[in-house]
Amino acid sequence: MAFTFAAFCYMLTLVLCASLIFFVIWHIIAFDELRTDFKNPIDQGNPARARERLKNIERICCLLRKVSGSPPWGSQDPRLSLVVPEYSIHGLFCLMFLCAAEWVTLGLNIPLLFYHLWRYFHRPADGSEVMYDAVSIMNADILNYCQKESWCKLAFYLLSFFYYLYSMVYTLVSF
Amino acid sequence: MSAPAGAPHPHAAAASARIPPRLGAAAAPAGPSPTPHYQNGPAQNQMQFPPGYGLQSQGYVVPSGLYSQGPGKSTPLPLESQYGTDYHSGHYTVPTQNVTLAPGPSTVNMQPGSQQVYGRGPPAPHTVGSTPGSFPGGVASSASHLHTGRPQPYSSFGNHYNSPGIPSASSSIASQGFPLTSGHYAMSTASGAVYPSVSYPSVPAGDPYGQVFTSQSTSVITQFKDNSFPGQNTAVDHPPQQRLSPVGYSASSWAAPGPQSTQDNLTQNHIGSLATAGNTSNAGSSSCAEKQNIQLLKTSPAPPTVSSGSISARTQPPADRATEPVASGTQPPELLLQEGMQYGGYVNNQASSAPTPSSSTSDDEEEEEEDEEAAIDSSSTTSSVSPVPNSFDVLEGGSYPGDTLDPLSSSTTSPAPALSVPQATKPAKPFGYGYPILQPGYQNVGLSSGAQPSNPAYSGFQQFAQQYPGMNQLSSSLSGLSLQHSSQQPESLRPINLTQDRNILPVTPVLAPVPNLNSDLKKLNCNPDSFRCTLTNIPQTQALLNKAKLPLGLLLHPFRDLTQLPVITSSTIVRCRSCRTYINPFVSFIDQRRWKCNLCYRVNDVPEEFMYNPLTRSYGEPHKRPEVQNSTVEFIASSDYMLRPPQPAVYLFVFDVSHNAVEAGYLTIVCQSLLENLDKLPGDSRTRIGFITFDSTVHFYNLQEGLSQPQMLIVSDIDDIFLPTPDSLLVNLHESKELIKDLLSALPNMFTYTRETHSALGPALQAAFKLMSPTGGRVSVFQTQLPSLGAGLLQSREDPNQRSSTKVVQHLGPATDFYKKLALDCSGQQTAVDLLNAAVVCPGDSPGEPWPSLSLAAQPLLKQTTVLLAFLAVLAHMELEDHETCMSKYSAGCIYYYPSFHHTHNPSQAEKLQKDLKRYLTRKIGFEAVMRIRCTKGLSIHTFHGNFFVRSTDLLSLANINPDAGFAVQMSIEENLTDTSLVCFQTALLYTSSKGERRIRVHTLCLPVVSSLADVYAGVDVQAAICLLANMAVDRSISSSLSDARDALVNAVVDSLSAYSQTSSTSQQSALIAPTSLKLFPLYVLALLKQKAFRTGTSTRLDDRVFAMCQMKCQPLVHLMKIIHPNLYRIDKLTDEGAIHVSDRIVPQPPLQKLSAEKLTREGAFLMDAGSIIYIWIGKSCDNNFIKDVLGYPNYASVPQKLTHLPELDTLSSERTRSFLSWLRDNRPLCPILHVIKDESPAKTDFFQHLVEDRTEAAFSYYEFLLHVQQQICK
Repeated sequence: MAFTFAAFCYMLTLVLCASLIFFVIWHIIAFDELRTDFKNPIDQGNPARARERLKNIERICCLLRKVSGSPPWGSQDPRLSLVVPEYSIHGLFCLMFLCAAEWVTLGLNIPLLFYHLWRYFHRPADGSEVMYDAVSIMNADILNYCQKESWCKLAFYLLSFFYYLYSMVYTLVSF
Repeated sequence: MSAPAGAPHPHAAAASARIPPRLGAAAAPAGPSPTPHYQNGPAQNQMQFPPGYGLQSQGYVVPSGLYSQGPGKSTPLPLESQYGTDYHSGHYTVPTQNVTLAPGPSTVNMQPGSQQVYGRGPPAPHTVGSTPGSFPGGVASSASHLHTGRPQPYSSFGNHYNSPGIPSASSSIASQGFPLTSGHYAMSTASGAVYPSVSYPSVPAGDPYGQVFTSQSTSVITQFKDNSFPGQNTAVDHPPQQRLSPVGYSASSWAAPGPQSTQDNLTQNHIGSLATAGNTSNAGSSSCAEKQNIQLLKTSPAPPTVSSGSISARTQPPADRATEPVASGTQPPELLLQEGMQYGGYVNNQASSAPTPSSSTSDDEEEEEEDEEAAIDSSSTTSSVSPVPNSFDVLEGGSYPGDTLDPLSSSTTSPAPALSVPQATKPAKPFGYGYPILQPGYQNVGLSSGAQPSNPAYSGFQQFAQQYPGMNQLSSSLSGLSLQHSSQQPESLRPINLTQDRNILPVTPVLAPVPNLNSDLKKLNCNPDSFRCTLTNIPQTQALLNKAKLPLGLLLHPFRDLTQLPVITSSTIVRCRSCRTYINPFVSFIDQRRWKCNLCYRVNDVPEEFMYNPLTRSYGEPHKRPEVQNSTVEFIASSDYMLRPPQPAVYLFVFDVSHNAVEAGYLTIVCQSLLENLDKLPGDSRTRIGFITFDSTVHFYNLQEGLSQPQMLIVSDIDDIFLPTPDSLLVNLHESKELIKDLLSALPNMFTYTRETHSALGPALQAAFKLMSPTGGRVSVFQTQLPSLGAGLLQSREDPNQRSSTKVVQHLGPATDFYKKLALDCSGQQTAVDLLNAAVVCPGDSPGEPWPSLSLAAQPLLKQTTVLLAFLAVLAHMELEDHETCMSKYSAGCIYYYPSFHHTHNPSQAEKLQKDLKRYLTRKIGFEAVMRIRCTKGLSIHTFHGNFFVRSTDLLSLANINPDAGFAVQMSIEENLTDTSLVCFQTALLYTSSKGERRIRVHTLCLPVVSSLADVYAGVDVQAAICLLANMAVDRSISSSLSDARDALVNAVVDSLSAYSQTSSTSQQSALIAPTSLKLFPLYVLALLKQKAFRTGTSTRLDDRVFAMCQMKCQPLVHLMKIIHPNLYRIDKLTDEGAIHVSDRIVPQPPLQKLSAEKLTREGAFLMDAGSIIYIWIGKSCDNNFIKDVLGYPNYASVPQKLTHLPELDTLSSERTRSFLSWLRDNRPLCPILHVIKDESPAKTDFFQHLVEDRTEAAFSYYEFLLHVQQQICK
């Protein structure tokens, strides 16, 4: 029975992992909302509806995006962001496991870390903060990709959640 | 053989024509009941109102008015007042005609009710009497009402409908439902005498209707109506008529009872025919077919050796076949009516769905398995007709399309040597007609196992027979046919050795390939100019598509200017209830009350209103409605489609008036053009207009009516822009016209001495957005330099010295998302921004800094272009500052770019701006548009290209739509299409016209599905594929890098050609083989690689590159192809050979030349049509006569360096050249500039850069490129 740094790490990650899971679930819901749209063209031809839909898309994309430097022109609401917190939390995991010398756990997380880095720096090359770009998100292939990505991450976080739980108990119990 | 086969039904139409009479004959004795529904309709009316026949008939007529016009549009007629409630819309013309004509026919009708007399009598008098009055009246009324201002379409419709071929076509489409009706039509047409006797005791009424159904001209119809009135009056006396009425038209109004009764009849008829007769008889026929197949199977093993025996054996089934219809046809009249009906149904079914067994002449799409089987059988029977005895065996053998293995053996074994010859010549794909596998899929594996190794050619013939049944009737021998056939057929698949065959470019412009559909569907299919698919044969599975390595996508030009467009006004627009597809020519009618959606396969009801056909004014023919006869239609939407009243046309012009802009002098030209075209701006009395100018501040103009002169309001607080007087900045064009004119004439001089060099474009755009947001509309931004103040300011990003490096690509992305956000906002407010950039080269620029402003401008523009709102199409008039082009992207605007614009230094650009402006200001425009693209279940659309905002996965939001906008979409196959033989795509564009009408333009495209790779290759539309690739490459170069995009383009060629060579056998490993359909693919890709958008090297300015990319994204295919691969003609020896006549002018059509310097001779003069620019290149030793006659100069030396006009000389060659030139110009929306280039002029590099087959500093020549591709393939 020892409350080591590793055990602390696992306890912390356990909590944070739960929050990550919520983030991802939120993503999934957001994409689903983007995808579903009324099929009734009468409604869609309606300009008021067009505006509403557009705002909705923008709002969702803004939520998904990383923090934007300055609020864009014409917008009043403060920018929430989910992507950067998620990425940074996951980065924190890796850092902690590195410090705790939990090599196996670190190894499990490294691929996702690299994926996040790649995703972050390989944004669409149009210069702005467009992790999720309102103008391109509705292209079916991009939307599909984002949805799949979210589901995969959800699975990963769920599994890792139980893995952390197990590891925490394991480190606490063993010497 | 030939006699029985050919005789029964040479044509489907003929068959139907023949049989119906019989039906009629059969029916006559039995009694009135068998009459088809429409016949009943009139009769019943008569029953109801014995005294008021005339009125009732009017009532009947009225519905036509209703349908055509839509309720409430026409004023109710006095006569119809009774029915007024139900049919508010009446034809004024109709009543009058009735009155006038009545006497004539009535007299005829007065003759005692002998039916025969009626049958014969009415037609003649009617035609005679009615023609003068009723004809024009009828046509005019229908045209005017239906078309709302477009007479053409309807009249054309009428013609369309009148054409005798149509009925058969429709019947074939609606495989089961309509056969009966078709039969009836035929019947009525076929024999007037018999007809009346059949079921028409009420001769007068029946007669007209019957004829109406025959789908004759509208004039005829009206005549009939006229006749019918009097006739009915007389008919009152007729007991038989009343007797007929029992069906019970209790309701006086047509709408309610008529339809129902008709429905009853319909159900009776159809159920009878379909359910009982149809099923049984169909089953019978199909079973017969199967039997025959079986027989064939049995016999097949023998054939190769004993041909004669097999022939005889097989001939039997066909003979049975042939006799079948005959026997049935001859069924005695004693048949019960029901039976008669059934019989008719049966026959019709056969005739329509399967090319009547006896003859394969009917050309119908086999949509269903049974039909297909039947078709095969029929083809086999037809083959039996052919004089060559062996043909029959061969035909059976034809079911082995797969046996291409040993052509030699086939040739030896096959009895007819002639047939074998073509095959031997084609090692790769010996199919008979292009797509053997297409229909004959069922061509029975069993048979193939029976295995005659030979005759693929025969199979080809089989198909050929199916597809071109008419050919069978030709007396030409089978071998001859097959020869012809084989020579045509492989055309799209004929392998071409690209490295050896140097002259692959055809001398005439490349046309879009025609989908391999049957001729009826071909006729109905959408015009390829509006709607094209990269693969005209859709592969069955995604795996097959992947194997072919070709892009699958659509290219759309939905709002194209059309000369003929059916416009439909109807209170209900018929659409599928689940997928909301609009009814289109490719739906199938299950029976007369139900139709099956061709995209989602849901069965829908046909609404009552749809049963009435406004064109023929007949009832019960939903399949003849214009919606079902035209693949491109426009609906005038009801109020359901708008939740706010349609917006007025609103135009806002935003001018850059900084020093740079004034120096360039664009303002004079723009204002002048505006003044000239002010009255031609599309719009109605509500049209509004406004102006904003900006330099470092933003200026508004108060044009409120009542002011003595325009007020200029300056807002200098550009960080927080506001509207000084929100109400009076956008004013009604008509009320304030004088003020507007004053302003436009004063504006060019107002800023002459400005010292302001800054440009606050961003704030100006914000102001424009605020101004427009209540209504939406079009913002035209004229901008000459990079925005340097306020929000959205941009820095020049291009370093000319780094152009060659790949880093340039980074600048393809937008530098700020200000414009993107603004564009999205604009899109949300239904505002489109058109960006007009004029890049001005200042003469004073020091030579050391060739592009000072350019680099600055380029970078911001780049940002905008890729990322920016596409909503600003700026006519760039100044130097390089065109970066704002991007703004147009998401607001569905358009971008014009005029590099090096200066009103005096570059007059050709100034002229171009002027002409473009004219087009820009006066062309059609649609506001607050949305476009939805639907496709058959199984296909899915995943990426869109063009200027718009994607609002949902299949919905594009377009603030404005203009006729020059093109779109592209990429598709994938998500579910296998194995259970369908056709796929359809439908584009629906909902927009508000400038007249404040909400309209929906619908295009539908239908394509066959194929299961073999060879067929996929056979159907490649290479131009569409190239344009789609160009769009994809633009995306790639933005998201990744330019070099990636270039590699992807090359790989597209390499992959597709290597995939083809793998499928096409192993012959000639060393050669680069391509099917004919793909032969131009490498050439076009090479041309694409040498485009400004994708080429490497230092000679391309960033602005040019970005603009070229924008063009690729938003140009329609026709124009894009000219940009990618210009057309080169030799024009110094124009002749009238092959000339075409265009509006009184003779336009010579010189052959196309290869884009290679080797084609340029010093003795010649060449014209190159490169889309937005036309070059005329004069060789050094060009014929002096040409120079004198066409250019107006005595000799070559005296021709000036800069020549942009051809003088109007009164010589033949000058006339020809000019008519050719103007013909080229008329074919495109934006006027190209003309450059006459002498051989030694410095401008000749511009010309030579378009010669894509030649080697350039950094790019392959065509031959090198082919070698490169070949190397890659061999790797």
